[in-house]
Amino acid sequence: MNTVVAGITYRALLGRRRIFLLALLPVALIGLALLLRLVGSDDQRSTMLLMEKFAIGTMLPLLGLIAGTGVIAPEIDDGTIIHLMSKPISRPVIARTKFVVAASLLALFAAIPTFVSAWLLVGNEDGIALGFAVGALVAGIAYAAIFLLLGVVTRHAVTIGIIYALVWESLIGGFVQGARKFSVQQWAESIADQISTSPFLTADVTLGFAVPALIVVTVVGVFWTGRRLRVFSLTGDE
Amino acid sequence: MKVELSQVSRWYGNVVAVNDVTMTIGPGVTGLLGPNGAGKSTLLHLMAGFLAPSGGSVTLDGTQIWKNHHIYRNIGLVPEREGVYGFLTGWQFVLSAARLHGLSDPVQAARKALATVEMEEPKDRRVETYSKGMRQRVKVAAALVHDPPVLLLDEPFNGMDPRQRLHLMDLIRSMGVAGKTILFSSHILEEVERVAQHIEVLVSGRHAASGDFREIRRLMTDRPHLFRIRSSDDRRLAAALMLDASAGGVTLGPDGLEVQAIEFRRFARLLPRVARTEGIRLHQVSPADDDLESVFSYLITRST
Repeated sequence: MNTVVAGITYRALLGRRRIFLLALLPVALIGLALLLRLVGSDDQRSTMLLMEKFAIGTMLPLLGLIAGTGVIAPEIDDGTIIHLMSKPISRPVIARTKFVVAASLLALFAAIPTFVSAWLLVGNEDGIALGFAVGALVAGIAYAAIFLLLGVVTRHAVTIGIIYALVWESLIGGFVQGARKFSVQQWAESIADQISTSPFLTADVTLGFAVPALIVVTVVGVFWTGRRLRVFSLTGDE
Repeated sequence: MKVELSQVSRWYGNVVAVNDVTMTIGPGVTGLLGPNGAGKSTLLHLMAGFLAPSGGSVTLDGTQIWKNHHIYRNIGLVPEREGVYGFLTGWQFVLSAARLHGLSDPVQAARKALATVEMEEPKDRRVETYSKGMRQRVKVAAALVHDPPVLLLDEPFNGMDPRQRLHLMDLIRSMGVAGKTILFSSHILEEVERVAQHIEVLVSGRHAASGDFREIRRLMTDRPHLFRIRSSDDRRLAAALMLDASAGGVTLGPDGLEVQAIEFRRFARLLPRVARTEGIRLHQVSPADDDLESVFSYLITRST
C-alpha cells in the first residue's frame, strides 16, 4: 500500500462526477427497499428477489466495473499514470493500492447499502441482511480485482466489462448450469446462504467451491495487474 | 551519470521505430533533434523505462533501465503528454511527487521545485485552470523535486509562450552547467541550438548525426541549397552568377531563377555582391527546399 497513490486515486474517484455514478445504484436500491416496505411487500420472498436480482445481480457487477476500472483505466487513458509509475515504487505496490481503493469503495457503496436495504425490509430476520452484505463484500472484492485487471489489459475495459457483467453474469450465468459455477454472483449467494437461515435462499454452488474460487480470482487478478504494470509501455503516437 | 544505448532497436510489428542506435548521453545538455515521427519519443521512452528495447540494451551507469523502478531515484521524466491530474492544485501535484519519492522533507522539496520553475504564485490553483505552459512547468517541477542527476524531457518547449520558453531554456542550461545529465527532444533546430551543447540527430529511427551544434549546423548548411530568385533582370543575374563556382546550376524560368548553390556560405555572400555590382534589384530570394525534412533527408543520405 502507498498512501499517496491511494489518496490521489480516492480523489480521482470521489472528487468528481464519478461519485454520482457510484452513488446512483445504491440510492436506487435503498429507494426500492423503501418502496417495497411502503406497499407492504416487506417479506422474505420480495427481499430475496431484490437482493438476488438487483443488489447482487445488477448493482454489484456494475459498481465493480465503475470502481475496478475507474481506479486505473482513466489514468492510463490520459497518461497521468506516468506520474505514479515514474517513481521508485514497485508496480505491484501500485496495483495492490489501486485494488484496495476499489475494494473499499465497493464495501462502502455496495456491501453497506445491501445490508441497509435488506434490513429495511426484514430487519435481522434469519440473517438475510448480514448474509447478503457479507456476500456482496466478498464478491465486491473479487470484482475489484477482475475489473482492475481488465482496466490494465485493455483500453476497452468498460465495454468488455459491461458485456461480462450483463451477458455472462446475468444471462449465461442464469441459464446455463455449468456456467453458473463460474459466476461471481453465484459465489456471493453461496456465502449469503451460508450465513442466512432463510428457507427462501438456496445456493447452486457449494461453499467449498465458492470460497477458493473467490480467493483465486482475487489473488490472480491483483498479481497479474502488478505484472502488467511492470511491463507498462508508452507507445506514443509515433 | 550516463545513459547508454547500445545497438538499440525497437519495432512495433513490422514497423521499425528505432533502428540500431548507439549513443551515450553524459553530463551536460544534449538535444535530441529530428523531424516528427523520427522516433524521438520512442527513444526517450526507452531511456525512461517505459518501453522495452526489441534489441540492444539501455542502461543507466551500467544498470538496466527496463523493469527497474529503482532508476527513478536518479531519473526525472517530463513526458510530452499532459499527464497532470487536473483536480489537484499545482502544489498538491508537486508535493505528491515528493512524497512518492519518499523524500525526508517533501514540503521543502516541493517548495524549492516550484520556486525553480517560478510557479509559486499560481500553486494553489487547480492544474485544470492552468495554461499549457504552466502545466509544462509544473511537470518540470514534479520531475525535479528529488533533484535527480538525470533529466529527460520530451518536447518540453511545446505550447510555451516565448517568455516561458526562454525561462525554461535558462533553467535547462544552468542545470546542465551544474553537471546534470539532461536530454530533451525537439524538432526545432533553433531550440536545440540555443540550449544544447551536444546534439544527437535522429531521422527515420536512425542515428543520423552527432556532435556539438556548430558541427551539426555545418552539416546542415554545407549541403546543396536550392534558391528561387526574382529580380529586375533575371537573365543578366543568371549569367553573372554562373561565373562563380558556388552556383552549381541555374535554371531560367518564367517565374524567375532557380539556383543550385553548392557552397552555401560563399553563395550567400556572392548573391548580394553580384546584384549590387550589376545594378540588379532583387525582388525575392527564397529557399526552395529549406524545410527541415529535406535537411534531414540530406543528412540521412550522407550518413549511409
